Amino acid sequence: MEKLEEQKRSEKKSEILLEVKNLKKYFPIKAGVFKRTVGWVKAVDDISFFIRKGETLGLVGESGCGKTTTGQTILRLIEPTAGSVHYNGVDLLSLSKRKMKKYRPKLQVIFQDPYSSLDPRMRAKDIIAEGLKSAHIGSRKERYEMVKKYMDRVGLSPLYMNRFPHEFSGGQRQRIGIARALILNPELIVCDEAVSALDVSIQAQILNLLDDLQKDFNLTYLFIAHDLSVVKHISDRIVVMYLGKIVEIANKHELFINPLHPYTKALLSANPIPDPTVKRKDRIILQGDVPSPANPPSGCRFHPRCWMAKPICSQKEPPLNEVQPDHYVACHFWKEMIEQNG
Amino acid sequence: MNMERFIKIAKKIARNPTSLAGLLLVLFYVAIAIFAPFLAKPPYPDTPYQMPQSGWSAIPKPPSWQNPFGTTQGQYDLYYGIIWGTRTAFKVGIVVIGLALIIGLIVGTISAYFGGWVDEVLMRITDIFLAFPFLVGVIVIVAILGPGLNHVMWALVIFYWMTYARLIRGSVLEVKENQYVMAGRALGTPGYRIISRHILPNAIFPVIIQSSMDMATIPLMAAALSFLGLGAPVGYASWGQLVSFSRNWIVSSTGGNPFAYWYTIVFPSVAIVLYAMGWNLLGDALRDIFDPRMLI
Repeated sequence: MEKLEEQKRSEKKSEILLEVKNLKKYFPIKAGVFKRTVGWVKAVDDISFFIRKGETLGLVGESGCGKTTTGQTILRLIEPTAGSVHYNGVDLLSLSKRKMKKYRPKLQVIFQDPYSSLDPRMRAKDIIAEGLKSAHIGSRKERYEMVKKYMDRVGLSPLYMNRFPHEFSGGQRQRIGIARALILNPELIVCDEAVSALDVSIQAQILNLLDDLQKDFNLTYLFIAHDLSVVKHISDRIVVMYLGKIVEIANKHELFINPLHPYTKALLSANPIPDPTVKRKDRIILQGDVPSPANPPSGCRFHPRCWMAKPICSQKEPPLNEVQPDHYVACHFWKEMIEQNG
Repeated sequence: MNMERFIKIAKKIARNPTSLAGLLLVLFYVAIAIFAPFLAKPPYPDTPYQMPQSGWSAIPKPPSWQNPFGTTQGQYDLYYGIIWGTRTAFKVGIVVIGLALIIGLIVGTISAYFGGWVDEVLMRITDIFLAFPFLVGVIVIVAILGPGLNHVMWALVIFYWMTYARLIRGSVLEVKENQYVMAGRALGTPGYRIISRHILPNAIFPVIIQSSMDMATIPLMAAALSFLGLGAPVGYASWGQLVSFSRNWIVSSTGGNPFAYWYTIVFPSVAIVLYAMGWNLLGDALRDIFDPRMLI
């Protein structure tokens, strides 16, 4: 953490837009007639990272590692257990609900499922204009004019503004979701698995659209995904999560060439190469399953599945340290990993 | 609702003969209720619900020019009773279901939306009301308040809102898990508008279908109470009372043709059966219509 502070001071050229510190979200496990809390699912457990203005930060990890919870907690769609989220110096998590409303337009979200994220009983124009209406921007007529403009910008014909969501395809629905977020002129958009539910050709279209919009509107993205090739395509830096903890943060090229955490290395080796003639020999098959976040392993959470684990790993939790410029890793043996990577 | 959508719904109903039959039956009764003063001119305009009597004889008279459906026990005109009884049925149905619906919607929506201890408290109160046997509970309330149609309506509301509260609660619990509710929060939409714009329009249709079905059962319930003598005062135009009058004349006790007094039971019963059937068929039709995905 100290190094993170230093980094902040030394780094003047790129401003930090959002800084997450010691964020925790525990969900209670209730049991019995009286709904007693018998334990906690530590979905997000003490994570810290920051997002620079104008960059795309990828957030990867397997299912259930807390990626989505992280995204939703930052936006206060679910209330966190502890921690702080500083947006331009303001701690969002300590704001009252009323004050938070002022910041809502600036922090937007695109959801994973284009089917459940649009109200089936509202017309496209009303879905897209909802945020404007809530923020009391413009008259009804002006709002619909803006809707037309933004529909056009995301590649939807404004002629479709009176249609209902079920009359659109998956890709078109996701474009409605993007227009709905974009129309509020946000600074940060959390893309929560925004392309995972779409098929590959549509994924590429939506990714390119997001890329264009980023340039035109100076957007900053927190891009949550489980597909490494998608994250590699769009991100500047990548955060790797495992079981509610951040294990590694690095520039995307650095991360793919020189992963310093064994989990990152295993994750990268699982990424398929789109060429049937290539036989991968470097594939690392992890033993066992992801442990339950209700009862995580002691020390380093990855140690039961790690091929490099030593006794210290089960006793002492490795802190997330900046071991090389802009490369953070939480592993006791990152030096050995450098040697392995050659 | 634009014209295009209305036409789509109309076409959908017209395609299905049972839906069409349901709609026509309900419209038929609505017409009867609206035009009651023209169809059966009240002899005393101040008390139109009081059925006129032609004579004081206890024995029913068969249909004639003066009494198209005949008269029932006490010489009450059956035709007049059925026409004005339609109004009574609608009055009971609309008032009872309307009030029960409002209470149920408020309780169920608040319960499901806020959850936690609010949900717990409201649902336990609902359970207490559900613990009473419906008809017994209604009879007790009417016995306390005294007989009369208004008291019957109150009693029905008191013991009927729970159905709607439960139904809407379950529906809201399901709907609020949709991502568009979370999207609404991210867009800064205030809670009341999330409920009114996103949750209720998507959660309400099981309740609308249920209330359409109840438009059939609630007046029947009121009729049953009239039959037991707890409803409207003697001579008040209500189908339940007409059936109650015919109790002694279903099979003739004076010898001769055993079904000599068939008209006393057949006309009110047909009115009740067709009314209940119309609303039930309409309820089924609504079930199909209220799913927007079916409108493609």
